[in-house]
Amino acid sequence: MNFEAVIGLEVHAELKTKSKIFCSCTTRFGGEPNTHICPVCLGLPGSLPVINRRAIEYAIKAALALNCKIAPHSKFDRKNYYYPDLPKNYQISQYDLPLALDGYLEIELNGKTKRVRITRLHLEEDAGKLIHGGASISRADYSLVDYNRTGVPLIEIVSEPDMNSPEEARAYLDQLKAILQYTEVSDCKMQEGSLRCDANVSIRPRGSAELGTKTELKNMNSFKALQKALEYEIERQTEVLEENGTIIQETRTWDEREGVTLPLRSKEEAHDYRYFPEPDLVPLSIDRKRVEEIRAGLPELPQARKKRLIEDFKLPEYDAKVLTLSKHMAEYFDSCVKETGDAKLVSNWLMGDFSRLLNSRGMEVEDSPVPPKEMAFLLKLIKTNKISGKIGKKVLEEMFETGKGAQTIIRDKGMEQISDEKTLIPIIEKVLEVNAKTVEDYRKGKERALGFLVGQVMKKTKGKANPELVNKLLKDRL
Amino acid sequence: MSISRKDVEHVALLSRLEISEKEAGVYAKQLSEILSYMEKINELETSNIEPTAHVLPLNNVFREDKVEQSLAREEALKNTPDTEQGHVKVPKIV
Amino acid sequence: MGLYNYTIYELHEMLIKKETSSEELTRSIFQRIQKVDPYIRAYLTLAEEAALKSAKKIDKLLAAGDRVPPLAGIPMGLKDNICTSGIRTTCSSKMLENFIPPYNATVAGRLIENGAVLLGKLNMDEFAMGSSTENSRFFPTRNPWDLERVPGGSSGGSVAAVAAGEAIFTLGSDTGGSIRQPASFCGVVGMKPTYGRVSRYGLIAYASSLDQIGPITKDVTDCALVLNSIAGHDPLDSTSVDRDVPDYSSALVPEIKGLKIGIPQELFPEGMEKQVEELVRKAIEKLEEMGAVCEEVSLPHTPYALPAYYLVAPAEASSNLARYDGVRYGFRDKDAEDVVTMFMKTRSEGFGEEVKRRIMLGTYALSSGYYEAYYLKALKVRTLIRQDFDLVFKNYDVLVSPASPTVPFKFGEKSEDPLSMYKSDLCTIPINMAGLPAISVPCGFSEGLPVGLQFVGKPFDEETILRAAFAYEQNSGFHRPEPSLEVN
Repeated sequence: MNFEAVIGLEVHAELKTKSKIFCSCTTRFGGEPNTHICPVCLGLPGSLPVINRRAIEYAIKAALALNCKIAPHSKFDRKNYYYPDLPKNYQISQYDLPLALDGYLEIELNGKTKRVRITRLHLEEDAGKLIHGGASISRADYSLVDYNRTGVPLIEIVSEPDMNSPEEARAYLDQLKAILQYTEVSDCKMQEGSLRCDANVSIRPRGSAELGTKTELKNMNSFKALQKALEYEIERQTEVLEENGTIIQETRTWDEREGVTLPLRSKEEAHDYRYFPEPDLVPLSIDRKRVEEIRAGLPELPQARKKRLIEDFKLPEYDAKVLTLSKHMAEYFDSCVKETGDAKLVSNWLMGDFSRLLNSRGMEVEDSPVPPKEMAFLLKLIKTNKISGKIGKKVLEEMFETGKGAQTIIRDKGMEQISDEKTLIPIIEKVLEVNAKTVEDYRKGKERALGFLVGQVMKKTKGKANPELVNKLLKDRL
Repeated sequence: MSISRKDVEHVALLSRLEISEKEAGVYAKQLSEILSYMEKINELETSNIEPTAHVLPLNNVFREDKVEQSLAREEALKNTPDTEQGHVKVPKIV
Repeated sequence: MGLYNYTIYELHEMLIKKETSSEELTRSIFQRIQKVDPYIRAYLTLAEEAALKSAKKIDKLLAAGDRVPPLAGIPMGLKDNICTSGIRTTCSSKMLENFIPPYNATVAGRLIENGAVLLGKLNMDEFAMGSSTENSRFFPTRNPWDLERVPGGSSGGSVAAVAAGEAIFTLGSDTGGSIRQPASFCGVVGMKPTYGRVSRYGLIAYASSLDQIGPITKDVTDCALVLNSIAGHDPLDSTSVDRDVPDYSSALVPEIKGLKIGIPQELFPEGMEKQVEELVRKAIEKLEEMGAVCEEVSLPHTPYALPAYYLVAPAEASSNLARYDGVRYGFRDKDAEDVVTMFMKTRSEGFGEEVKRRIMLGTYALSSGYYEAYYLKALKVRTLIRQDFDLVFKNYDVLVSPASPTVPFKFGEKSEDPLSMYKSDLCTIPINMAGLPAISVPCGFSEGLPVGLQFVGKPFDEETILRAAFAYEQNSGFHRPEPSLEVN
């Protein structure tokens, strides 16, 4: 039978407020374990939460960028469950009156635009971090808890099950991340856990309107992991149904190493979160005027920026999309173009070597050791034939490695392009003399022989000769 | 309203309380009695009544997004039964 | 007469006139504690060294002729659910037997700033759940008027300490009557302020939407003085209200001519002791003599307050007490091999019977399938209760009732029957459900046991109940009764 996947995503993003959602501890990532905690986020007896105003504002901003309706009245509730990373053994979250409802975002795939609906967006507090004293959670003898992260504000964004393939899910997450970064409410670094994603997946015969039994997937720590886990899970469910089995509604965890999803074993009975209104906080009444102010202050969002790149620089759609998915990349692009005036050159380099070098180091654009000014300087050297593209690649690698500027590297390593005829002519004449046979071939019409001769010159100059000039000087002499 | 031993066991697990079989019986009896008394509120018609979770007519109480000094770790973990290298240590989770 | 017999305002005068010093006063109270506490057992923890140090500091200020606040140099005790930095705070629970908070509750900080001298921490029902202090996991406290009887609860230690001269004043907490019922039982003044009047930051929560801290004192004048220094907005407590705090002392005018007093018949519940009712009726006659207009009123939904309370409060408690799991602080069962077992064993051993009962009751009321029938329904009933009071307060300034339907009972009399214990708070619970201020003052004796009169006020109108209570106290003949402890 031909099956179709039905996917919904639950995304958690940490808001980049300075202090935590209910206390004044810093939200800074890392730090020595258990040094960013106080009576409130450690859940000491007698402590009480007070809402961080900026957390509410950031959540509203995110919700507006996701086309949500902001609720006029909202409140916090307690979600009760026991877990050692949850200091109060309840999480302050939002249940029946979330901050925002009914939004959507648009994804583009293979030239088609699709709208994915967003059910709700609500605020909650993050939990601590568990480190397991063993190979995995199930093999550990003990666990260690660091509560630095408890109380960092989170928004949970729940989509409708509107996606039908792992690619669509990935595109949704890409777009969501871009929007949250553009609005500057979250860093969205999956490797630091400031963006996390769970998925609900089911399959059904293509064309059917009924939903199948879903499983919930957890522990996907990268975009690639999300896509791979979904691919695996869809295949697994397909096999189960094709063998006339039944899908069990359960939570499964993605095992990155084995490349499989596994049921999450739990001693616990079915969850009963016993939500009730948080009595230590008072309700929220959202000021419409303030909402409109925030809406008016929304920055240019990724899709608008993409359109602008296509129109202003005539970039291909694909390039424009890649360059605008990250706000930092888009800004990096803009400043390089400003310096070099060559959008196509900048685009090629950013999408090519620059991205490759970042990826190989697991870095985001904003962490790049090469600032845009330095990148632009390098590109200008290439553009004006001061160095060849090939040398440029080497220089950029060296810049990533050492953090030094292009000029320093080129000078120290003597990599500057040789565009001086007086230096080149003796080398060329020597090459012609040694390769008399090839010269003969060329003169008999064997065009390819020229390439060989250019290569020889480049070899002698360690790749530094200006190839166009070498070509010209060779032709003059043939 | 009568609460069975099984109800008590379920509620005890939800509340993370270990209770013996004997205790389950006692609690079942006591909680049944108490809840029967609570049933009195069902005499009241409340379908058009708003619930009062808060008696105060307050909303929008905020603090500004300002970082203040956290506790020193020794101070924060002074009461912790088991620690290791600045972490709180707990027995295995599953 | 020992120094322990004086009130705050009397001692303040004496300190200023150098008739005594804070050190002398503090030492004399510790002597008193040493003498009577083996019988009363009000204190769980004493902080003598620190107390003497603070007393000497105040004496220095006094010697320099500095103006000091009325509470400066006055020895006080705090209920053991109020966090005190560096001083063990147990909630009378095995769970927190060795818990030393790294911070002060806002009220503790304010009193210390005002120069009050902290003597130690006072016994209570475990996690404030109880009406007799028999639920303390350490030992019960005895009633100074009759050592065979309970002091009431849950603030039993706080109240017995004031009655027995083991502190000049104390703080208690009141969720369903935990200040007023024991104040009634021990013949002292106890006030529960309006919900939101006093910060709860650092008060170990029982039921967050009902808990409120209040003063326990020898008379109404002292009550106003203590309230002056603990009332007011606290940015650390979202439910503390940001509105001006009047000078409560200036409300103390012994004049109630024309004051409209409502007598809610529902707060004279079935099963109340005859003697108690007689004494309260007599007090009402007294109030009329003094020129108040007293009329019967009805709060038709108050009979539903007790059942609604025992759904709302345990529900909140089941969540508030979830944090005691042995991970970050407090008692831990060290033998468990996995976390879930550790949670279950820790909590079973760490909590006493009544606490476990209420946790399960509350968990049940919130659990899926029962939430609407129990918890939500109770919140709706709460609305009806509040509306009753709002309506009555349109025509009346103050309501008057007994603070407890009975005189203090004997140890063990109700501890086997939870429901009968719960009913000890019939007169006080409706006031918590509505969030109103109320005060209990002594109004006579039934066979040598004290009886308390309760004044209930409009939200944030502590002034009027203080005035009415003050006027009554000055004219009642029951101002500052003192038990004749056999140990004297």
